[in-house]
Amino acid sequence: MSPSRARAARLAVYRFAVLGGAVALLEALCVLRVIDPITMQAPHLIVRDLWRLLASGRMNAAIAKTLTNTVLALGLAVSVGLVVAALLHRRRALRDTLDPLFATYYAVPVFAFYPFFIVVFGLGDLPQILIAFMLGVVAMIVNTLNGLDRVPVVLLKTARVLRLGPADAALRLALPAAGPYIVTGIKLAVAYAFIGIIGSEFILSRGGVGYEISFAYNNFDNAVMYPLIVLILLASTIANAVLTRWERTLLARRGAT
Amino acid sequence: MSDAHGLRNGLLLVAVLAALWQAVYWLVGDSALSSPLDTLRYTATLVARDDFGAHVYDTMRAFAIAFALSVVFGLLAGFWLGFDRLSGDVLEPMLVTVYAIPKLTLYPILLLAFGLGVSAKVAFGVLHGIIPIILFTVSAVRNTRPILIKTGRAMKLSRPQMVRWILFPAAVPEIFTGLRVGFSLTLIGSLLAEMFASQRGLGYLLMTGIGLHNLPQVMSVTLLIVVFAASVSVLLLWIDRRLHRRR
Repeated sequence: MSPSRARAARLAVYRFAVLGGAVALLEALCVLRVIDPITMQAPHLIVRDLWRLLASGRMNAAIAKTLTNTVLALGLAVSVGLVVAALLHRRRALRDTLDPLFATYYAVPVFAFYPFFIVVFGLGDLPQILIAFMLGVVAMIVNTLNGLDRVPVVLLKTARVLRLGPADAALRLALPAAGPYIVTGIKLAVAYAFIGIIGSEFILSRGGVGYEISFAYNNFDNAVMYPLIVLILLASTIANAVLTRWERTLLARRGAT
Repeated sequence: MSDAHGLRNGLLLVAVLAALWQAVYWLVGDSALSSPLDTLRYTATLVARDDFGAHVYDTMRAFAIAFALSVVFGLLAGFWLGFDRLSGDVLEPMLVTVYAIPKLTLYPILLLAFGLGVSAKVAFGVLHGIIPIILFTVSAVRNTRPILIKTGRAMKLSRPQMVRWILFPAAVPEIFTGLRVGFSLTLIGSLLAEMFASQRGLGYLLMTGIGLHNLPQVMSVTLLIVVFAASVSVLLLWIDRRLHRRR
């Protein structure tokens, strides 16, 4: 094992220790009743309840709804983001005009538009998907543009030498060269789509995991609320870790520039 | 890009967005959208209303406390993690992960811990704002040019002196970027908290607008929030770019 690998493994062990220590501390505080059960249940009870909740199938409909909406919003954000970025890459003036929008976009609370969308479109799936799309699409555009900017000029010349058509040049050269940055965009779009759907379900909705959490909160039902929160944290952490790994693999394969 | 150029693009963008809004209004009509002019008119009466000041005060107080706490603890944690290589390497990826989770789901826990009130709102704002401040400070401290640190060592500076005279000045531009992002996220956090559960504040005004089906109120408050967040962000971005250029 190389020294850097060994160091990475050691860091991972420390990370688990920090996490495990935090959970153990919570467990101790809960068991000793420093934190009373009305505020929080002990971690081992949360895990048990999560297992029961998933096995009972009570949450299947909510989970399916949240996942469907997230995937729809993600698909929209990624495809629209790619197309818009490809267009903007060729239209310098348009891109300059939109630059202030991109620079300040994430400073504006997109969720503030949620009540407006509810009043206009009704309390259904559409406002949630719109919010999740709006959150994700700009990250996708900005990162794809960043990737396209970094396609080496020599590749573009090669495309001309080989007389590739625009579609071939895009698929065989630009896409692989910009790949790692596009994956960064996808990673952010996944996180934002998830945040958008769960968040809007949580604020006001008629179903989904976020709705179930807020419903359980309003009914002081900690046996449902905490397991669902843990479920969401696990799902988003795993998705993020998988995409980060993919991003690194692509970056390593492409080679640093 | 020059400032004048950026200003022109910004103004053009605002004009295009306003025109788009008006065009959509003509398309869908009064029932679905209130026009830009009507929204401005309603905003004027809303701002003049007696209770409006109290709502703004409530939001801004929670936001200000949250941002102050985020800055103080974010800088402290950032300098610590930046200095101490091992802690930084262990904890930084964990912070990045927390950055990407839907933090809104954690709000009920804060509500149970702090009770429904200003402290839960503040805690939620801090949860959003502190992470970017930590991350940017860590990277700022680590990217300080080694020659500067060697100079400090040669002068036998103590750790606090090192921070005060070497690391902090060298790291200011990047730390400022962290503060800029932290400012926006703290604002988002405070507003989200109000939208989920509160009795006062701008987020509360937004949500009651839905119940009353008061479209002009919803649009006016949204407009106010967006204009405020965007203008502050533009200002901070401008300072940010100047700091980076000066270095």
